[in-house]
Amino acid sequence: MNVWQSARIAVRALRVNKLRSALTMLGIIIGVGAVIVTVGVGAGAQARVAEQIESLGSNLIILMSGSVTSSGVRLGQGTQLTISEDDAAAIAREVPAVQVAAPSVRGTAQVVYGNLNWATTIQGVTADYVEARDWPLVTGRPIGPEDVEGATKIALLGQTTVLNLFGDADPLGQIIRIQKVPFTVIGMLHRKGQSSRGWDQDDVILIPLSTAKKKVLGASQASPRAVNTISIKIRPGADMAEAEAQTRTLLRQRHRLQPHQDDDFSLRNLTEVLQTQERASQVMTYLLAAIASVSLVVGGIGIMNIMLVSVTERTREIGLRMAVGARGRDILLQFLVEAVTLSLLGGVVGIALGLAGSRAITYFVDWRTVVAPEAIALAFAFAAAVGIFFGFYPARKAARLDPIEALGYE
Amino acid sequence: MVTDGLTKDYHLGPHTVHALRGVSVEIERGAFIAVMGPSGSGKSTFMNLLGCLDTPTRGRYLLDDDDVAGLSRDTLARIRSAKIGFVFQQFNLLPRTSALDNVTLPLLYARIPARERRTRARERLAQVGLADREHHHPSQLSGGQQQRVAIARALVNDPAVVLADEPTGNLDTRTSMEILALLQRLNEAGLTIVLVTHEPDIAMHAGRTLTFRDGRLLRDDPVSSPRDAAAQLALLEEEVVA
Repeated sequence: MNVWQSARIAVRALRVNKLRSALTMLGIIIGVGAVIVTVGVGAGAQARVAEQIESLGSNLIILMSGSVTSSGVRLGQGTQLTISEDDAAAIAREVPAVQVAAPSVRGTAQVVYGNLNWATTIQGVTADYVEARDWPLVTGRPIGPEDVEGATKIALLGQTTVLNLFGDADPLGQIIRIQKVPFTVIGMLHRKGQSSRGWDQDDVILIPLSTAKKKVLGASQASPRAVNTISIKIRPGADMAEAEAQTRTLLRQRHRLQPHQDDDFSLRNLTEVLQTQERASQVMTYLLAAIASVSLVVGGIGIMNIMLVSVTERTREIGLRMAVGARGRDILLQFLVEAVTLSLLGGVVGIALGLAGSRAITYFVDWRTVVAPEAIALAFAFAAAVGIFFGFYPARKAARLDPIEALGYE
Repeated sequence: MVTDGLTKDYHLGPHTVHALRGVSVEIERGAFIAVMGPSGSGKSTFMNLLGCLDTPTRGRYLLDDDDVAGLSRDTLARIRSAKIGFVFQQFNLLPRTSALDNVTLPLLYARIPARERRTRARERLAQVGLADREHHHPSQLSGGQQQRVAIARALVNDPAVVLADEPTGNLDTRTSMEILALLQRLNEAGLTIVLVTHEPDIAMHAGRTLTFRDGRLLRDDPVSSPRDAAAQLALLEEEVVA
């Protein structure tokens, strides 16, 4: 007797007791479904983090003004601008791994176009900025070095800003007013999505650094070349940690900090932060999947229980099959296939349920879920393994029955 | 079939039960044997040994000149599959399974292809007069019909011997006669039959009776003029008409 014949006998036997078979499968259905959903949610979270890393620009280090001590009072980070355009130039020049170092200033301003107005973030940037941030344009031209030199009144708009000021209209070449200063829109930036901290990175207007300082945000009298942030892009393949250390050493020298003094700036390697986050969500996924697979094991025990009952109930049938020529291994195969059929059917229903559940979570809670084919294959294989593992003992019990006793069993 | 000093001991805890104490019999091809004796006489053990469901503690059992003693379970299963057909008092048909599928069951384990399985099973069902009932489940058949399905199942492998253990035990007189008539007809066609019964009336339909007591063969008598079940059946029919 081969596996195919055993499978047909198994399906027939399971159909005889439909309710019992369905209840037995329930454990496996829930187990497989739960594994699919948890892994799907976990993979969705990871995909989101990975996308954020992508949107940050790969190999990016952010340099920000740090805390300073003024007459014994330690002020918070970024309260005073301690870094400057000259620092940016020095970093780009002296740290070999640095591809570009783009200084920028940031502020908030009310922007008016026609009868619409919108408060948004104004970034004063140099020509390098979009390269450092890996931020391509959808239309128009970028800010060039001549714009920064000449302090021209031009602006690149983020997607959210475009939507709020122009709706569906084409912003290219239109005049907007930032703090009453007219700017010509020269381009539109690509969508970048949420930042790792949840703010909308597309709610922004980029203007030349010099223009920002002179016309919009102003610059301090004491340090006219100071900036909020320097975005440092490291060359592909270069060592991030080493570049970070060299940048730190260079800045400490330039700022004439003594060894006992703290940094007056902060370097943030955001990619690293996000990678940690990614690892954390991965661990979480594994943990949840492990908990979910406990119900798979419980389902397997259910199968074993029902198969033991079934072997007892069908003792006479087993005796008869043996009398007409079934060998022990034929009986073993029959009951094993029956257990595996139960677990595989449960697995299929569980996968369907898991896929539906993942969709439902995406639809109702708005979490992203990613159900990879590998996860489905793995859940299916796991269900089969549970069937074989927990079906083996009852099947062996059946196979070892003595035909005479089995035939005389009441 | 030849048995020589066939002995079977069972161990029940510290006690040893001597179920069979050296039975030597020769059963020629084409015989119709009735095995008789009270319960505990060893006739069931004798049948289990003849049916290769068990192996003897001592002694030899030659089935078609092959010694069966000391063979493994799997080998015994193969011998049962090839040479022995069983008919039981309880019929032992698979429930919720058609008559045809019940009859094909032994062929499944003999690794006969599906098409041939069906052809042979249909032939056997026709032989026992149930050609029109092949799709009926056991619950849709009368007791006599169920036993005839069981006989068809015992025949489907073309066995060397059919062992029938109280085949009429659960049937009324009329149906019993039908079954006996069928067995006699099959025997006349050359089939070797060993029938276990405790009713002398039934045993009188065989050609030879073996009587067991206390694990020993007590008597081995030929039946001078076996009763004809078909004739008795005809008589019963007449009574009904009258």
